Amino acid sequence: MNALKKFLGILWMLLGPVIIIFLFMQASEKIGLAAEGIARTNTTLQWSIIILIFIPICAGLVIFGYYGWKGEYDKLPRTSADL
Amino acid sequence: MQSTDKNVSQSITQVIAASSLGTLIEWYDFYIFGSLAVIIGQQLFPSDAGASALINTLAIFAAGFIVRPFGALVFGRLGDLIGRKYTFLLTLVLMGGSTFLIGLIPSYSSIGYAAPILVLILRLVQGLALGGEYGGAATYVAEHAPVGKRGFFTSWIQTTATLGLFLSLGVIVLTKNMLGAEAFADWGWRIPFLVSILLVGVSIYIRMKMHESPVFTKLKAEGKVSTNPLKESFQKKANFKMVLLALFGATMGQGVIWYTGQFYAQSFLENTCKLDFNESRYILLWAILFATPFFVVFGSWSDKVGRKWIMLMGMLLGVICYRPIYQYFIDATNVKEFQKTELKSASAPVVERTLVKDTKDSLVTTTTLKTLNNGMTFKEAKIVTIPDAPATFPEEQTVIKDVTLSGPTYIIIIALVFFQVLLVTMVYGPIAAFLVELFPTKIRYTSMSLPYHIGNGVFGGLVPFIATLVASFSGSTPLSGLWYPIGIAALSFVIGAVYIDNKGDENVAD
Repeated sequence: MNALKKFLGILWMLLGPVIIIFLFMQASEKIGLAAEGIARTNTTLQWSIIILIFIPICAGLVIFGYYGWKGEYDKLPRTSADL
Repeated sequence: MQSTDKNVSQSITQVIAASSLGTLIEWYDFYIFGSLAVIIGQQLFPSDAGASALINTLAIFAAGFIVRPFGALVFGRLGDLIGRKYTFLLTLVLMGGSTFLIGLIPSYSSIGYAAPILVLILRLVQGLALGGEYGGAATYVAEHAPVGKRGFFTSWIQTTATLGLFLSLGVIVLTKNMLGAEAFADWGWRIPFLVSILLVGVSIYIRMKMHESPVFTKLKAEGKVSTNPLKESFQKKANFKMVLLALFGATMGQGVIWYTGQFYAQSFLENTCKLDFNESRYILLWAILFATPFFVVFGSWSDKVGRKWIMLMGMLLGVICYRPIYQYFIDATNVKEFQKTELKSASAPVVERTLVKDTKDSLVTTTTLKTLNNGMTFKEAKIVTIPDAPATFPEEQTVIKDVTLSGPTYIIIIALVFFQVLLVTMVYGPIAAFLVELFPTKIRYTSMSLPYHIGNGVFGGLVPFIATLVASFSGSTPLSGLWYPIGIAALSFVIGAVYIDNKGDENVAD
């Protein structure tokens, strides 16, 4: 199980930036689409907010992945004294 | 001995009742905004804003969720420094005051864009207050609860979010039925906001009589209270890694399951399936009514078998079942197709002519009430735009609205929404105990509040907004919006399954 935790740790580290890139691509595509297709639905502000919120969360996912890769979750604390 | 047990039991019952009542009212305050999104959109934005008014209102609704983590930081810190009791008294006052003021904001037609700006500010205060409330209440109850019953006792707090939603829907439906649709849309929507001040007053009175958490009192007496809870929670790697694990392995998935089952389902039935305003709310009310006891069932069960797999099974079932469930919603309410073979009767058409704002074009709306052989009814409105310029052709569109269901379909849809709320009880029932047991007393309020409110507030609170946004783009299907909750729940399931231990630290006094 610990090997799986480490392997997945790498995946989470990669997933963080991938999500951000995906969001940027979706935002630019959808804002363009919305402007053409649905005249009154300009979603630039909405997508900006979404991206702004998810950047720190994805940074958290990268840190989580790094901890997983370094084996920080191999043994979880049993009592508060371990924290 | 029996007498002592009885006293302890009574004291815990009072703790749960007083904590739950305040938390329930805060959830009520928070949810009436979402439940009235369509009407508030019409009041706050220009009358011809259409879909963008709903999306902007949902954005203001979502803003309340987005600031919840900041409320968690501000009030969590306060709760770890000065105590649980006074902190969640303060959050209650802020929540009640801002909700009451939303009910007093003039509409767009009176004060223009100042209306949505003021509501946004008050909505942010609501979000901050809620960010501080839940962690305090859950911590307070958990620190009173005996070992082996923490899941059971905290599950009562967990019922309050759903009951708050139930109360908000109930008050809205009741007010609308008493005033009539027109008066409700005009000014009656303010009543549910204004009523809040009375509920909050009662709750403050009850909470004033409560004592501080015994675990926190002991910590304070020993001089072990944290001097900098934020630093200890997030700069100390041993604790911060648990904050991240709680977020990605539990609260993130829990948040999307919660808001898909209890918000998106109703929004989907009303806006995509075109169900009648009351019908979609009654369905959710019945589903919540039947499912709410399961918060306590799963909370209590988690004391015996562990918290982890109950929560994760709720996420997995959501991932598997959401698309078939919502596909059924679409198929079962497709009256446009049904009327081709099943039309039983149609009323005499009602014709209404109105002028299009800022133009000389006019709209002619012909509404017909139709009944199908299976008992379903709906209104079909043919809207013809007649241009002022004689050379241009009229444009026609047909709109279906106010669909009411027949017996068997109605029951099946209630059952499917019930199933979604049941998943909510699986992920949400045990989670307060899970989070409380993850962190030490001196930084518990801060440490558990942040992942909870990012997971529940940001990931969950954005479900209606992101799903509606995704589904509104050309090329998308009505089910496209579901990929967001399905993807997040699947990710959280994998992380939770691999990284979280089923056995937590049952001693919360250290």
